[in-house]
This record gives sequence, C-alpha cells and structure tokens, in this order.
Amino acid sequence: MSAVAPIDIPFDKSTSRQLARGEAVIETTSRRAKKRMTSRGATTAALIIAIVWTIPTLGLFISSFRPGADIKTSGWWTIFTNPAFTLDNYAAAIGAGNALSLGQAFLNSLVITLPATIIPIIVASLAAYAFAWIDFKFKNAIFIGVFALQIVPIQMALVPLLTLFSDGVKIGGFYVLPGLNLNGVPDSFAKVWIAHAIFALPLAIFLLHNFISEIPSEVIEAARVDGAGHGQVFFRMIVPLAMPAIASFAIFQFLWVWNDLLVATIFTSGGNLPITKALQDLSGSFGQSWELLTAGAFISILVPLIVFFALQRFFVRGLLAGATKG
Amino acid sequence: MSGFFRWLAGLPPLAQIPIIILAFLAVIAIVLFLVEIAPRRGLRYTIIRLAVCVLVPFGALVFFGIYNSAIWIAAVAAVLGGVFFLIDYRSRQGAGYLFQLIAFMAPAFILLIIGLVYPTIKTAGAAFMSNDGTSFVGLNNFAWLFSSADGLTAFLNTIVWVLIAPIASTIFGLAYAYFIDKSRGEKFFKVLVFMPMAISFVGASIIFRFFYDVRQGDSQIGLLNQIVIWFGGQPVDWLGAQPWNTLFLVVVLIWTQTGFAMVVLSAAIKGVPQEQNEAASIDGTNAWQAFINVTVPGIRSSLIVVLTTISIASLKVYDIVSAMTGGRNDTTVLGFEMVRQFQLGSRDGYSSALAVVLFLLVLPIIVFNARQIKNQREIR
Repeated sequence: MSAVAPIDIPFDKSTSRQLARGEAVIETTSRRAKKRMTSRGATTAALIIAIVWTIPTLGLFISSFRPGADIKTSGWWTIFTNPAFTLDNYAAAIGAGNALSLGQAFLNSLVITLPATIIPIIVASLAAYAFAWIDFKFKNAIFIGVFALQIVPIQMALVPLLTLFSDGVKIGGFYVLPGLNLNGVPDSFAKVWIAHAIFALPLAIFLLHNFISEIPSEVIEAARVDGAGHGQVFFRMIVPLAMPAIASFAIFQFLWVWNDLLVATIFTSGGNLPITKALQDLSGSFGQSWELLTAGAFISILVPLIVFFALQRFFVRGLLAGATKG
Repeated sequence: MSGFFRWLAGLPPLAQIPIIILAFLAVIAIVLFLVEIAPRRGLRYTIIRLAVCVLVPFGALVFFGIYNSAIWIAAVAAVLGGVFFLIDYRSRQGAGYLFQLIAFMAPAFILLIIGLVYPTIKTAGAAFMSNDGTSFVGLNNFAWLFSSADGLTAFLNTIVWVLIAPIASTIFGLAYAYFIDKSRGEKFFKVLVFMPMAISFVGASIIFRFFYDVRQGDSQIGLLNQIVIWFGGQPVDWLGAQPWNTLFLVVVLIWTQTGFAMVVLSAAIKGVPQEQNEAASIDGTNAWQAFINVTVPGIRSSLIVVLTTISIASLKVYDIVSAMTGGRNDTTVLGFEMVRQFQLGSRDGYSSALAVVLFLLVLPIIVFNARQIKNQREIR
C-alpha cells in the first residue's frame, strides 16, 4: 500500500451488494470452468500491460544481484549473455548509510510500524463500538465530523503537531497540554507513534464502524439481557466477530506506515529513521552507487511484499471494504 | 509521561515494541474493566465511580506533567470530575451510562482533537499570518504563492498530476480488469499488476530512477534510453527535461495506483449481472458496445470511488517528488513544496498557505462525492 489510504466514499446499498457479489465470484471463479475464452486481442493487450508493469521491478531486482562494476557499465538485460551473480550488494547495503546503517533503519521501521498499527486499531474499535451500539445526542453529526477528518491532507497537520510535541499549548500562561519534553532525546519513537496513530484514526473508525454496525442487534441484545456490560460485549463478542475487518485494516495500516516517508521526515531524526527515510538519504548522497541502491530498495520492499503475498486475501477485502459502505 | 518515554528511548529498539504495546494494553484493560462495573447498582460501585471521576482527571494532569505549572488546576479537574459524576448519576439512561460512553470515546477524541482538529485550525490561521507568526498579513502569503516561481510551479504541477494520474490509472486498471476477466491465469495476472501497491513510493522511485537512468554514449544502464538507442535515437535526460519531466514522475504514481483501480473494478465487473451481458449479446451488440453500454454503467459508482481515491492521492503527493528529483528542475508540487518551505525555516506563513491551497483542491472532490451519494439516495 503505497502511502495512500483509501478515502471512503460511501456507496449506496445496491453498489455494495454488487461489489460483495463480485467478491464472492472472485472467491469461486478459480474453481469454475471458464465459460468464455477471451479474444486474442484482449489477451495480447493484457499481456503487454503485465509485462510493462513488471519490467521496471525485474530490472532492479536482477541488477541487485550483479557485481557493482557491471551495474555501472552495462544494462541488466546483458545478464543473459554475460551472467554474473553476487550477494555482495546486499551485504554492503545493510551496512551502508549516513548516520545509521540500513540494517538499523530496517529495525527502526519495525519498531515504528508495529505499535503504530496496533494502537490506532484498538482506539478506533472502542470508538466504533460506541458509535454503533451506544445511543447519544448528535451521534450522526459527530460521526460525519470524524468521517470528514479523512479529507484533511496530512500536510495541514504536520507543523502544528510538531510544535505541540515540543512546546505544548499554553493558554493564559497555564499549560492546557504540555509538550512531550523529548527535545533532548533524539532516539525516542514517541512522536512518530502518536502521529501515525492519530492520522490513521478517521479511516479506521469509519471502516470498523461499518463492519461493527452490521452485526445483528439480536446477538448484542441477547448478551445485554444476560447481564453482560458493554465491556464484556466489546471484548468477548465484537472483537472476535469484527476480526476480518480488523485484520484488513491492520494490513493496510502496516503497509502504509512501513512505506510512509512524509510523517517520518517530520517526526523522526537521528537514530530512529525508518528505512524509507534512510534509503532516500542514501539515494541523495550516493546518487550513483546503484549497487547499494538496488539492494537497499529490495531490503525495504521485502517486508511489505511478504505481508502482501501472505495476507493478500485480507488485503483485497480491505480494499473493497474501503470502497463500499453498507 | 515524558519520563516514561525518556526511559523507553534508552532501551534497545526491539525491546521497546513489547513494552509500549503492553503499557497501552494495560490502559485499555483498565478502561474496559471500569466500563464493565460502571452500570452496576450498589453503594460500592457508586463509590468506585466517584473515585474514578475525581482521580482520573487529577491523575491525568499529574501524568502529563502539568502539576509543575499549577497545582490548583488539578483541583479544578477533580471538581469537574465530581460534577461529571453527579450528571452521570442522575442521567436518564441510568447511572454509569455517560461514564461508559466517555470511556469508549475519549481515547479517540483526545487524539483526534490534539492531532487533527487543532493543527488544521492552526494551519488555516497561520496561512494568514506573517512568516514569523506575529502579524496578520491577510492574503499576502497566497499572493506570494501565485507570484513566486516555486509556489506557482508547485500549484501548476499539482494540477497536472491530478488531471493525468487518476484518469490514466483508471483506464489502465479498467482495461486490464476487463481483458483478464474470466481468462486463464487471472489470479497470476492480477498479482503482477497489483504488486506495486505494496511497494513504497521511495522503493518505486528508485526502481524508476534506474529505469530512466541516462548515460553519455552508447552503453546505457537505464532500459528506457537503451530502447531509444535501439530505435536509433539519442539518449534523453528524462528527469531533467522540462516541462516534460513532471510527466515521468506521474508515471510512477500511475504504476502504483493501477493495481488498486484494477482490484476494485474487477470485483465490480464480476458483480454486474450476467443476464445483462447475455441480453446484450442476443441483441447483437459487439464486444465494445457491450462494454460501453452494459459494463461501464453497471460499475459507475465503483469508477467514481477509484477516481476519487486516486485524485486525492495525487493531490497529496510528496514521496515521489522527494525521492526522484527533490523538487529540482521544476518538478515540485504543493505537498512537497509545503514541507520544503517549512524546512527552509521561518517560512511558516508560506508553508501554511501551500497546505491550505492543497486542502481547497481536495474539497471539491469530496463535495462532488457527497452530492453523488445524496442523488443516489433520492433516486431510491
């Protein structure tokens, strides 16, 4: 997921039914006999698109295994006439970097991404539950307000949030909100965790609410009659039932945080740069060290690709959930 | 709190993951426990509720470290907590109802107000203030934006991005989804085009910088220039050639977003009732007519979602410009220029004005969608 969370445009009921039907067809289509052979022209066009889409990645991938001297002097397509493979680039890339090595940046990415995925999901599911199953005044208006926050470009919030972290808010000489007071602590991840958690909330609340409010009310009411409080209902029923939606969003958020550069640029520094930022710095200072960049790029792509291939089904479901609304 | 984060920052990075997550889960567990006992009747639970109402605001202030500015604020907080307890105690839905509602909502709302509502308002205000934030300058920052080389280039390039990227990605994604629909190896074909979605923009930028790479002479290492030479042309500096270089950056976004368009539209195409296609073929339409008259109307609202999502993504673009060119050679866009102006220092007014213009460009897209939904609701 390349730094773009799907903005939800609520569909009408019939469209979401249609997409759900399409999804169901996708699930079964591989088993069914193909009814129609597509025309040759269409297949050729599809093949061309597929090849064009794959070649840039393939080129970089092959290059990352070629000796540095070869990369600089000849194109990767000569590998077929002049094969030479090495793993040196990867070894060099892991240790390369300006302030910190790509290997450390890789760890930093993990440290940033895991909490920044888990925290907003829990906070959002609490709020989504309240929006779905607790009645209060102005509920719809507040919910629309939260939905609308999705359209605020992150660029609007960056600078004030940064000053807030360092200085806090004073009204009339008294702190309404103190700063985090972490200016002397360059290696703290607190800022980037909080920033990512906040920016994920509007979409997370919206998606999870859509799912949680679809749970049949009889189930909830039965539990309430049996004497379960909101806490138990949430923990024992809503969380297990909403697992598919939670998993979808978790994958989204994971990819989005891992691949993010903008938030990292503003809220990390020194020893806690994530791999995207480290890679960008590397490409600035070693602009022509293609052997480092090729291997570095693949080290950074590795985790998203593993997540993507392992959890593809949830990921697609999340995309479609992001595009529909019941 | 700051003490906790300071202590955490001193630990090895990987050890910080479980600690922060466990600390957070502990807080959530306490909240859920309190929610669970809140509505129960009896003196004991009432006293617990009162204690929580008074102690939580008080404790929160101490936790956030405000006690060093004024201890009496904590007292005020405790009094407010007591008042809240009384309101809650007398609430029509039964004692503990408000208590539970606040417990569920507060974490999300505190974060949203701190991190999105307040900063957005502040940025909107800063756009009308001078760069050091001391005096009101009206529309001067916007005048600067549309008269300076950087600001105007950023604005015009952003328009180019939003005009090209969504339409191109949607067309490619739709064509591809339609071509491979029901074909053999559909899943495999999908993965090939969908994969770039998982790649970061920084990774994608490096992939394409390599693809566009230019050398003097005949031995190119960038595939694109090699192809040009094979066809007998001269190698081109793709990322330096103004004004066309922006288009070569837009290609990167199209490359990543086509997969998204394809997946959503593929599901939509499969959701179009089979009978309609059959009816069309009985009426003797050819494939193209059937596509235009049956499929496209059938997936209209999915098309709108895809176009909207990619439009907003292309308005907010930052990573691609940052990693490919760093905004050089007139490739800057609003989202990138805003951060650049901020990093240049003492240009908060300019930077905020750029962010506000970005917001204003997103607004019509959202309004359009809101109206679409309203119309659809009225039809039914």
